[in-house]
Amino acid sequence: MKNAELRIEKGRFLNSQFSILDSMLVLPALLFFAVFFAWPLVEIAGVSFTPSQVSRGATPMVVLRDPAYVGVLWFSLWQAALSTVLTLMAGTPIAFAFARYRFAGQRMWRALAVVPFVMPTVVVAAAFSALLGPRGAINAALQALFDLDRPPIQLFGTLPMILLAHVFYNVAVVIRLVGGFLSAFNPSIEEAAAGLGAGRWQVIRYVSLPMALPSIGAAAALTFLFTFTSFGVVLILGGARFATLEVEIYRQTSQLLRLDVATSLAIVQMIVTLMVSWASARLEARASVPLEARPAGDIRKRPATPAARALVIGSLGFIVVVLIAPLATLLFRSLNLEGGHPLRYYAALSENVRGSLFFVPPQMAIRNSLAFALVTAALSMLMGLPLAYAIARDADAQRSESRRTRLRHARLLEVLLLLPLGTSAVTLGLGFLVAFDRPPLDLRTSVVLLPVAHTLIALPFVVRAVLPAIRSFDPRLREAARGLGASPLQALRYVDLPLLAPPFAAAAIFAFTVSLGEFGASLLIARPEYPTMPVVIYRFLGQPGALNYGQALAMSSLLMLVTAVSASVIERVNERAGR
Amino acid sequence: MTHDSFGASEDVIAEFEQVNNVKVVVLKSGDAGSTLNKAILSKNAPLADVLYGVDNTFLGRALAADILEPYASPALADIPDRFRLDPQNRMLPVDYGHVMINYDKAFLQEKGLKPPASLRELTEPQWKGMLAVENPATSSPGLAFLLATIAAFPEGSAYDWRQFWKDLRANDVHISPDWSDAYYTQFSGSSGKGPRPLVVSYATSPAAEVFFSEGKLSEPPTGNVEGTAFEQIEFVGILKGTKNRDLAEKWVDFMLSKRFQQDIPLQMFVYPVLPAAEWPDVFVKFGQPPAQAFALSPEQIDQGRERWIEEWTRIVLK
Repeated sequence: MKNAELRIEKGRFLNSQFSILDSMLVLPALLFFAVFFAWPLVEIAGVSFTPSQVSRGATPMVVLRDPAYVGVLWFSLWQAALSTVLTLMAGTPIAFAFARYRFAGQRMWRALAVVPFVMPTVVVAAAFSALLGPRGAINAALQALFDLDRPPIQLFGTLPMILLAHVFYNVAVVIRLVGGFLSAFNPSIEEAAAGLGAGRWQVIRYVSLPMALPSIGAAAALTFLFTFTSFGVVLILGGARFATLEVEIYRQTSQLLRLDVATSLAIVQMIVTLMVSWASARLEARASVPLEARPAGDIRKRPATPAARALVIGSLGFIVVVLIAPLATLLFRSLNLEGGHPLRYYAALSENVRGSLFFVPPQMAIRNSLAFALVTAALSMLMGLPLAYAIARDADAQRSESRRTRLRHARLLEVLLLLPLGTSAVTLGLGFLVAFDRPPLDLRTSVVLLPVAHTLIALPFVVRAVLPAIRSFDPRLREAARGLGASPLQALRYVDLPLLAPPFAAAAIFAFTVSLGEFGASLLIARPEYPTMPVVIYRFLGQPGALNYGQALAMSSLLMLVTAVSASVIERVNERAGR
Repeated sequence: MTHDSFGASEDVIAEFEQVNNVKVVVLKSGDAGSTLNKAILSKNAPLADVLYGVDNTFLGRALAADILEPYASPALADIPDRFRLDPQNRMLPVDYGHVMINYDKAFLQEKGLKPPASLRELTEPQWKGMLAVENPATSSPGLAFLLATIAAFPEGSAYDWRQFWKDLRANDVHISPDWSDAYYTQFSGSSGKGPRPLVVSYATSPAAEVFFSEGKLSEPPTGNVEGTAFEQIEFVGILKGTKNRDLAEKWVDFMLSKRFQQDIPLQMFVYPVLPAAEWPDVFVKFGQPPAQAFALSPEQIDQGRERWIEEWTRIVLK
């Protein structure tokens, strides 16, 4: 069975009567990007390229002629490519396992898999160090076992460490996006292929993979951009000898205040982002085929064959070893095992021993984090879903000659959409500072900037997460509902929503967790009244002493708990709504 | 407007708010470098009335950026001259501290080693793979330590700082991006139980270890290595264009008053510049400043910083 044969079914997604509706759908998101993304960048570029104390004539062309920066660009590119390949290799089989098979505690496993995504890098570094470091558990065990003088595993400050950490952080993106996509569509076509005599590998090669390709493409694009702009992982786990563009931008800004160099590098980074985004948008549009929606009820089967069992056990094994083991060491270290109550550090979170002005009760940090995450998820779903529908619809009109121009708009939108993910947080933060310094938008110290900054990252995520599913969704179902007299909203509520619940859940969960774990923006935007959990963790890690360290790890453990619980709650709510 | 490490007691700030009938809003703006950058970039529409947290390594940049108004606070009369680095009083000293190497007592004892007697000794084989420092391009203590080595091994001498860092590199020094990673993930003497017994930290870190042990420790598990210190002085100044000049002056006076100065040690783990301010017990016992510290003038630092960081990066990282 080949791609081409699947494509025969492809029908028109929608007719042209919706052009006004289309503009209304994309307008809020466009306005949002214009005000909170484009404008600050234009302003900071203005400051950076006007000769002054902070600018001495560097431009993107100038930095690209410097071999040192070209080296940084090259490293950013190939480590991201390598990280993406590894992440896809690890994540895709797990996504298949979750989408196709039913096993005990599935929702819990899936919730656990997103936890790494929110963890602050410095805490993750501590976890990896406790496990794999020169004095970590594994090295200690190996040394004791084989009577070695030196720790046998020397990972810190090496490329494999960076790659491992990138897989650790991003595998959830693949699991969720590809898994959500696969669970939305009917696996009967796989069974049909098998019934026609295709072997297991043939089914995967010619049916399952082509079917999932749009979502794999989306996950690859997102993972590539996250690792291409990687900051904390490269800075902390890679040691000082590795640098991505993002690290170099921070270096040029924070200590050297060379905004011309920093902004030039940021522009180079954005150009690469656009190229990646364009390539992935092309791939996704080409690869998407209309698929039959899943039937009502559970489409998953018990893993009956040995191969299926091996896939499920292998997937869970990966989650335990790579994702949970490092996090478990944090949990262990957050306990006080040297006299006193074991939960001492958790209790201390609620005590303001030094009468500090900046004391934050843990429930307040949790509340702030949850509130920002809710607003971010709501904003990005409300703007992102209509945008995704508009893009899917417009792009589908590509075969109709008369709408060439509008098509280009849609493709352009889809490509531009990923730009915030490839934009330096440092540069954008300074952009906020210089753009929003006068009425009517004197927002520099306003609390709204935090969810706004989070939404800039979450919104592209939401659109890319749901777009493959919306594109592959057979429009005849919706058209049938409309034909029977349903309003567009009713069709959305009773046709799309129930059937597309899994990818929508994936989008909402990521919008939520992007905000829960985001720290860069919280750092750039000063709002002392509303410290979030990551901010509190960094504060504790800023001072020496057992109590500070213990409290940082206790707060990290609470962050894990909040993330896992939120992820499963969103999934449950979504399942309800989908019924 | 301040860096993230600013701390104060609730009741101390409440006192200022009550007396002056105002609400104090603290804008924590990232690390010391980022905070100053933000102040410079928002010059035309200042974010705050007062800027705190510029230290002597950034003083030159702050003054050159012309973002501060002079204020000859009467409180300066009680503060030793050596802290007053800006004759025009645009930046007034508030506190000082020392970046220096800490060592893990238990680790050294187990290996039968004595703490290094000098910076130079760190390049010897017995200290191979034992030291963690912060990257001066991304960390304020990292920059301070680089400056200490430049003051100790000046340019033009037979053994200059470049040679020293080449030797340190050959001796497997670890470069961390920031203090938290160096102290908690790399240093063996902290609760993070890292692999290395020497770390660039602060003179008050051993005292903080006792203070934050909740009575479990009566002696610090770590000690300071004499002869490795660089003195950091932190300043406060009134931002140009403030609409509350009166209150800004009152706030600066307040920061230099005994009430605020005595609050400094346990909130920020640095020393108050006011000699009359009393130190808490844990500082008196375990947090004494080093006998000797390296120093460079703000002008020297301002002129050299960018070049030194670039050269350091080439020598140590490339």
